[in-house]
Amino acid sequence: MSAPPIAAVEPVPSTQNSPAQAIVFEDVAIAFDDRTILDGISFCLPRGETKAILGVAGSGKSLILKLALGLLKPDAGRIEVLGSEVTAMPEEKLFDLRRRIGMVFQESALFDSLTVRENVAFRLLEEGHVSENEVDKKVREALSFVELENTIDLFPSELSGGMRRRVAIARAIITHPEVLLYDSPTGGLDPVTSTTIIELIMKQRDVSKTSALMVTHRLQDAFMMATHYFDTKTNAMRAWPPGQRGEVPLSFLILREGKIIFDGDLQELARSKDSYIREYIS
Amino acid sequence: MELISPTEFAKEKVQAVQDYSVLAGRSITNLFRRPRYLADTIQQADLIGVGSLPIVAGAGFSIGAALALNSANTLQRFGSLSLLGQLVSLGMVRELGPVMTGLMVSGRNASGIASELGSMTVTEQIDAMRALGTDPVKKLVTPRVVSTVIMLFFLTILADICGLTGGAVFSTLAFGIDWHQYWSTSWQILVFQDVLMGLLKPVLFGFIIASVGCHFGLTAHGGTQGVGRATTQSVVVSSLLIIVVDLLTTRLLMTLFSYH
Repeated sequence: MSAPPIAAVEPVPSTQNSPAQAIVFEDVAIAFDDRTILDGISFCLPRGETKAILGVAGSGKSLILKLALGLLKPDAGRIEVLGSEVTAMPEEKLFDLRRRIGMVFQESALFDSLTVRENVAFRLLEEGHVSENEVDKKVREALSFVELENTIDLFPSELSGGMRRRVAIARAIITHPEVLLYDSPTGGLDPVTSTTIIELIMKQRDVSKTSALMVTHRLQDAFMMATHYFDTKTNAMRAWPPGQRGEVPLSFLILREGKIIFDGDLQELARSKDSYIREYIS
Repeated sequence: MELISPTEFAKEKVQAVQDYSVLAGRSITNLFRRPRYLADTIQQADLIGVGSLPIVAGAGFSIGAALALNSANTLQRFGSLSLLGQLVSLGMVRELGPVMTGLMVSGRNASGIASELGSMTVTEQIDAMRALGTDPVKKLVTPRVVSTVIMLFFLTILADICGLTGGAVFSTLAFGIDWHQYWSTSWQILVFQDVLMGLLKPVLFGFIIASVGCHFGLTAHGGTQGVGRATTQSVVVSSLLIIVVDLLTTRLLMTLFSYH
């Protein structure tokens, strides 16, 4: 992807207490119609780190993101996001917390009756105290980040699948959230567009240092995230030399039948002796 | 079709009533909380109110005319044709105007609201709105409830006027009743209680139409088929509720106003 250098989107420092962990899951379980989907899920996402959540379809990957956002309540366990206990908060209180989190949905979930500008500006317009000029500046900045400035007046139905996903990323990052949640950001996209999306996620990780959970079933995306970094000088991603890969703030979490079977970095994953994991990553 | 046990069925229905009650309650309490979506409310009022004008006016005129034609036959037998204006007036203002307008708007708008919100639900747009820190009940439900209540109130007045006009036109043309006599008797028979009953009902019906439409829209599941199901259910349930609430309201107000 070749593009003009863009202004880095810096995270806004939180005025609230900043715990070391962005997200904490403690023994979380949830079932639907007597079928257990997640059982005893415990993990931490340190600030500034990206965690790739892997697993086969139906293993409960997307559910973890919805639980972290408080869109669903677990049957058991405790979830803490940015120091607030999501599981103990009523819906009214959750709206304030959600304003500090960005989410990119699997099918983008753009508002189809609003233009790209209105979609990206949604949060700012809802806050109500941002001037029209400021909104316009921030929308263009966010769209410039995903290199889609020219689509500002289009409706989502006029965009391709990859462009919709990039607009969804712009919408998620416009207020510089402290945590980003990506639900299969490359699902259903061609390899070239997928690489573009991964590059944007990498840029957000390396330039803005935003903590993120990334659900994916594409192993190559997670490996690319682990072996590359975003070079701000060339505005493109670069592969780390093999000896330096451990410096990438990326970890892996693999789910199987509702349980975590692996939680660690690339080196630990490569050393794993578990036959299922070996088969999964081969 | 999957069979479910009676217990499960009962649980589902109780849960649905509970969910509806919570939604209906929140749509009212949100009126006293910020932010208030005035622009969305005006936009919905335009869609619901202005968009329903032609059908409500046309249906009101036809119902008034049909009421006059049907009643005239009976009144003629007793030599009381001069009471036709009074009969049309009381029938339209107390009963037919509000119920007919409620059912017309229910068919048009409960379905519209349910399909719009249902599509947003199944495409995760409602979840996206919650994820962006906006309360969908505040942003989507309350403006629809407020605008439907307000617009149904005025649409009912329009339907009453059109119904009385339809009755007047056919009374004059078909039965030779004097135009001025028709209007003066129609006006004189009405008392405050009649008007109050006729204007209280659209407030209740408007609330039912919007809240039921929003409830089925926000609980839609199962893709486009689920949206279609939600749309149908919203019209059926809101129409049924309008008729039942009309009966209960009529009985209650008649007792309160000591009607005989």
